[in-house]
Amino acid sequence: MLYREAGQFKSNYAADVAIFPILQDRIGLAVILFIAAVIIPWFGSTFLIQAVMIPFLIFSLAAIGLNLLTGYTGLLSLGTGAFMGVGAYACYKLTTYFPNVNIIIWIAASGFFSAGIGVLFGLPSLRIKGFYLAVATLAAQFFLSWCFIRQPWFYNYNVSGAIEVPTRSLFGVPVTGATATETTRYFVVLGFVVVMTWIASNLVHGRIGRMWMAVRDMDLAAELTGIRLLPTKLLAFATSSFYCGVAGALLVFLWYGGAEPAVFDVNLSFFILFMVIIGGLGSLTGSFFGAALIFIMPIVLRYLPPKLGIPVHPATVEHIQYMVIGALIILFLIAEPAGLARLWQIGKQKLRVWPFPY
Amino acid sequence: MDMLYQIFIDPFVQMGTAPDLFVQTLWEGMVGGMLYALIALGFVLIFKASGVFNFAQGIMVVFAALTLVGLHEHGIPAYLALALTILVMLGLAFAVERLILRPLVNQPDIILFMATFGLTYFLIGFGELIFGGETKIMIANQLGLPRGAIDLKFAGGFVSIQKIDVAAAIIASIMVAGLAIFFQRTRIGRALRAVADSHRAALSVGISLEQIWVIVWFAAGLVALTTGIMWGARSDVSFALDVIALKALPVLILGGLTSIPGAIVGGLIIGIGEKLGEFYWGPLMGSGIESWFAYVIALIFLLFRPQGLFGERIIERI
Repeated sequence: MLYREAGQFKSNYAADVAIFPILQDRIGLAVILFIAAVIIPWFGSTFLIQAVMIPFLIFSLAAIGLNLLTGYTGLLSLGTGAFMGVGAYACYKLTTYFPNVNIIIWIAASGFFSAGIGVLFGLPSLRIKGFYLAVATLAAQFFLSWCFIRQPWFYNYNVSGAIEVPTRSLFGVPVTGATATETTRYFVVLGFVVVMTWIASNLVHGRIGRMWMAVRDMDLAAELTGIRLLPTKLLAFATSSFYCGVAGALLVFLWYGGAEPAVFDVNLSFFILFMVIIGGLGSLTGSFFGAALIFIMPIVLRYLPPKLGIPVHPATVEHIQYMVIGALIILFLIAEPAGLARLWQIGKQKLRVWPFPY
Repeated sequence: MDMLYQIFIDPFVQMGTAPDLFVQTLWEGMVGGMLYALIALGFVLIFKASGVFNFAQGIMVVFAALTLVGLHEHGIPAYLALALTILVMLGLAFAVERLILRPLVNQPDIILFMATFGLTYFLIGFGELIFGGETKIMIANQLGLPRGAIDLKFAGGFVSIQKIDVAAAIIASIMVAGLAIFFQRTRIGRALRAVADSHRAALSVGISLEQIWVIVWFAAGLVALTTGIMWGARSDVSFALDVIALKALPVLILGGLTSIPGAIVGGLIIGIGEKLGEFYWGPLMGSGIESWFAYVIALIFLLFRPQGLFGERIIERI
């Protein structure tokens, strides 16, 4: 009833190709942004901000990164965790050598290091496709994890082998380190995610995004229409790794506050891949949905039974959690293989024509 | 210059001066490679027949081993437990076909791949819930497998060979030979190959896809059980096998996703390559290179043959 586009006329091309053509969508987006930027920091509890919202936003950013590569360009990658690690370690080294430079700049800059590594490991993608490429990216994953563990230069030769985030301030307010409040960190993360999602949205709706999608749909045909495959694929690797790198830097600097190399192991890569596939391949909204489902579901599973007064052993909860996640992944795939983003679209379409079926 | 000597000459000098160590490393590599080859074999069986890249194969190995040991712990005699485990794997094959493959038929590869991830998680949780998460010891003795080591005199030194490894090699060879005969000589084997060639053509001549899928997943389950026993007898039964299962992936692409000989040759190449690399070149780079060396070997092979050593040539059409 409220979701109708009747009476909204488009009088120019810009309005016709707009990403949110319907007024209600724009209002909805504004409301979401308002909730994210005002309501949550104002009223949200420490738990909500620190343990739910910050990691959710960071994982969404990483999922967007992987989605650009896997969803839009059709290149399956299992090296996401390592690329995130590159971002985190690059940021750590940069802020060690140049402690006076604004940390925000280093977080953004760490993405470029990650992008460079991503291009390097993306080089085989011209010859290798599909699952073969996935295994090639596993080489990146294991090699880089090994570097983080075995090469002491990366963690400044400290004894524990883990990295500690130093305190860095922005305009006198501590942003990273132990003294930073969760609200400050939340705002920084939110800023990064909003700006980078906006950039990603412009990328995929423009010429570059179309090139990527052409390569995804059929790379031979794309090549025949004049798209140069190697630069296109490498650009996808670079952009994707950039996003993952920034997400990795945010993960360590603004959430964990320190990291062992084991954080960036192959399980993180799978975790991000789940988010992308469950959320919907080739959809930015889907990345957020996927991150929400995969990240928040285990939290709910952990806290729900005690709330309902069902006494269960923590180890049993862990096992059941695995089973439920596994079963849910299969169920979601059967219900809608195109992901949550597609369910969302179907829902919106139903709302538009409601009360008629179509 | 010194660096180059360390990398290109010194390891070979070491191999020449201590041939017994070299042979020992080679043997260790072969045994490790056999394990990879067996896991890869399970992958290949399923990929050939249903086009599903079955990520859950590694977990099926653990699950089978865990079921076997768990049943024995509940007081069931070893051989009866073995038979029951085979039944469990058959049940698993039916469940997978009915609950995962059938609803997801004709979906893109990546969706099926993802579904096997779901299966992996489910099996991890299920196995731990029923049999507990702690590591267990494989009932190798009760199953009549030999133990102890044979020391062979060789080039002025000793090469130590575990009896269980020899037994594993023999059983693995018998199993591969059996599978080859099954694929080449029987009616079902012919149907399997037809399905591998083309699902639609196979359907049109009256081959039941459902039936074939159950058979293939059951065969992969049997391979998983064998792998689980062999591997469990060497170390313990725990979910740490995850990482080893991932090692089967470079083996797989090295050999080609669709080739059974490829899986075996690939497994041996990767196993030997990574042991030699770790032993002779590892110390130069601060050891532990085993974790990624296999992938780099596979990557180098792939750059020259993108379809793997024995894979079918990829022909692309527009």
